[in-house]
Amino acid sequence: MKQLMIGNAAVSRGLYEAGCGLISSYPGTPSTEITETAAKYPEIYCEWAPNEKVAMEVAFGASLGGVRSVCCMKHVGLNVAADPLYTMSYTGVNAGLVVCVADDPAMHSSQNEQDSRHHAIASKVPMLEPADAAESRDFAKKAFELSEKFDTPVLLRMCTRIAHSQSLVEPGERQEYVGKPYEKDAAKYIMMPAMAKKRHPIVEQRTADLTAFAETCDLNREEWGGTDIGIITTGTSYQYVKEVLGDEVSVLKLGMVNPLPVERIKNFAKKVKRLIVVEELDPIIENHCKALGLDAEGKNLFSMIGEFSQETVAKAFGKDLPKTVTLDTDVPVRPPMMCAGCPHRGMFYTLSKLKLTVMGDIGCYTLGAQQPLAAIDTTLCMGASVSGLHGFNKAAGASDKTVAVIGDSTFMHSGMTGLVNIAYNNTASTVIILDNSITGMTGHQQNPTTGFNLRGEPAAAVNLEALCKALGIDRVRVVDPYDLAACEAVVKEELAVDAPSVIISRRPCVLLKHVKHDKPVKVNTDKCVGCKSCMKLGCPAIRIVDGKAQIDDTLCVGCHVCEQMCRLDAIEEG
Amino acid sequence: MKTTSVMIVGVGGQGSLLASKLLGKLLCDEGYDVKVSEVHGMSQRGGSVVTYVRFGDKVYSPVITEGEADFIVSFEKLEAARYASCLKEGGTVIVNTQEIAPMPVIVGATVYPSAILDEMTAKGIHVDAMDALSLAEQAGSSKAVNIVLMGRLAKYFDIPKDKWIAAIEKSVAEKFVEMNKKAFELGYSAE
Repeated sequence: MKQLMIGNAAVSRGLYEAGCGLISSYPGTPSTEITETAAKYPEIYCEWAPNEKVAMEVAFGASLGGVRSVCCMKHVGLNVAADPLYTMSYTGVNAGLVVCVADDPAMHSSQNEQDSRHHAIASKVPMLEPADAAESRDFAKKAFELSEKFDTPVLLRMCTRIAHSQSLVEPGERQEYVGKPYEKDAAKYIMMPAMAKKRHPIVEQRTADLTAFAETCDLNREEWGGTDIGIITTGTSYQYVKEVLGDEVSVLKLGMVNPLPVERIKNFAKKVKRLIVVEELDPIIENHCKALGLDAEGKNLFSMIGEFSQETVAKAFGKDLPKTVTLDTDVPVRPPMMCAGCPHRGMFYTLSKLKLTVMGDIGCYTLGAQQPLAAIDTTLCMGASVSGLHGFNKAAGASDKTVAVIGDSTFMHSGMTGLVNIAYNNTASTVIILDNSITGMTGHQQNPTTGFNLRGEPAAAVNLEALCKALGIDRVRVVDPYDLAACEAVVKEELAVDAPSVIISRRPCVLLKHVKHDKPVKVNTDKCVGCKSCMKLGCPAIRIVDGKAQIDDTLCVGCHVCEQMCRLDAIEEG
Repeated sequence: MKTTSVMIVGVGGQGSLLASKLLGKLLCDEGYDVKVSEVHGMSQRGGSVVTYVRFGDKVYSPVITEGEADFIVSFEKLEAARYASCLKEGGTVIVNTQEIAPMPVIVGATVYPSAILDEMTAKGIHVDAMDALSLAEQAGSSKAVNIVLMGRLAKYFDIPKDKWIAAIEKSVAEKFVEMNKKAFELGYSAE
């Protein structure tokens, strides 16, 4: 029976049905649910690796070991894993190896809008792109076949609107994969120059073979309609084209986006009067067409920025748009913000109060950049807070006024190496690890510091204090971010010391099920004078009503941080 | 059958994912082609969230754009106004009258536009407003606002009530079924 599945769950289903035996991933929106859903199939061993590079190398090892293997990541994670990817293209695989990468056009939850197809082209690895959940399942299965047939890792490109959109899937049965045992093959698996030089021609031949495959394979298909306009499209854009233009146009839908077919595109172009490429982000198919000498349009009609919709297509083709109602009232924006009781808030308030320069990182705590705390100066990529702080301090000599903040999971991902650099190359830098005992932003995944693995079983837990000391940092302090006075004292002390230091700001995420909430606090309106001191925290549970603070008891979790802000003791136990 | 489009909007953390799961399950069981597009990640942290549900004989796009929504189900008053331009001519807005202050209001940079539903009505929008929070509390939990509003939406659909109840039974944990059935009924039969 058909079931509704998000694209990511459908990918998991496809991997399961194809006999996949191992998935190693690092969480990242919008890719996380592929691994989380797969973990519910007992036949697939699933794990969270500390970062995407490790995950991909685990998958490589497992492929050599004879098991169909997968790693999943968001688009920027593929940058981290690019190193193994580009050389795995040379080694090829033993059992099938699939890399799922999820792009985020419109940046719903990302720091950039990069187009992963560039990695496929540059690493010379085939890439498939589904257009709904049913195709996500089918393409995941197909990816393993291609991987083994052409001896290559295969990229499966998702995007937010496919990964997080549910549509109907008819689940099938699992077929166990009969693994090929590992056989030593130095010429194939040891990529030192003499061997790699012999592998590169094999890679080029493989691309030629894959291009020939693309000419006839059913991953790509022509849908003939009117021939005044011919559209080449892929992924979610295909859905918008069909919704708006239906059979009015002919469509060449590409399910394999690298390598692109040549003769098939030329033949399609010959049969239509006007050739238009509809693709989100960069003009990759369009440039391919132009390189073939075809008169293709694309980015003259469609933007390189953001995601498309049926409205984008309707506008580009001059279709009538539906009538809309416009309100005169200005609707205030509602950006995401740190939750009521978030343990990061107390530390960010302290950093903001001390007017420090704060090198930020990737996670929930990026929200510390929002008003009124506005406590963060930079956000670049995973781990950049720690390494950037060292560079900033070398350049600006401001180690008494500058700190880095990084979450526990991000620190394990790529903060550690930056900290080694601080100790080794010696700056009096102060790194604050915001340890909320979970990977928060992506929806509560375990990590090497939490003491549990992906399946929720007890696991070895990294001791952050011992780790930082072992990396060469002598001064390691632990503070409770709910204690504002302690936070301020510790930060001031460590900034004053002329030596590298780490402050672990430790309290579990307030959304974790096992975290007990205290009773909501309330405002004594006789004492409150409406000074708005408590408002400096930017807590969503506090607002001013009729000149007095008011606390929303459906949101307040009783963290008592606002009580410490009130000089009149107007905030009391609920 | 032409595609019907329902937007479920609210504030991150209000439980819109359960509402869309319920609706998706129901429509799938009724034999429609269905697409549901959700938002995960950063915007779930107290930001404005929107879920698109579309169903019919054949649905292509998973998203809803300006002037296309037959229904907007809003878990919060301001959010109904934010997405009003997505409503189709003659469409209906079902809205919980609860006010949750966004950050610009909290920091005092602007005020909460409390008369927003009146303006929507004045502009010819069919507004079906209710205090879903009180009804949810009456059912047993403030978290059941989502099911109260689904109960209200059910009034506008041709699908029999028992099918909705069956979908609730399949979508929520067993210990919450009774409470949610009560919440559904309160939303369905509210004045």
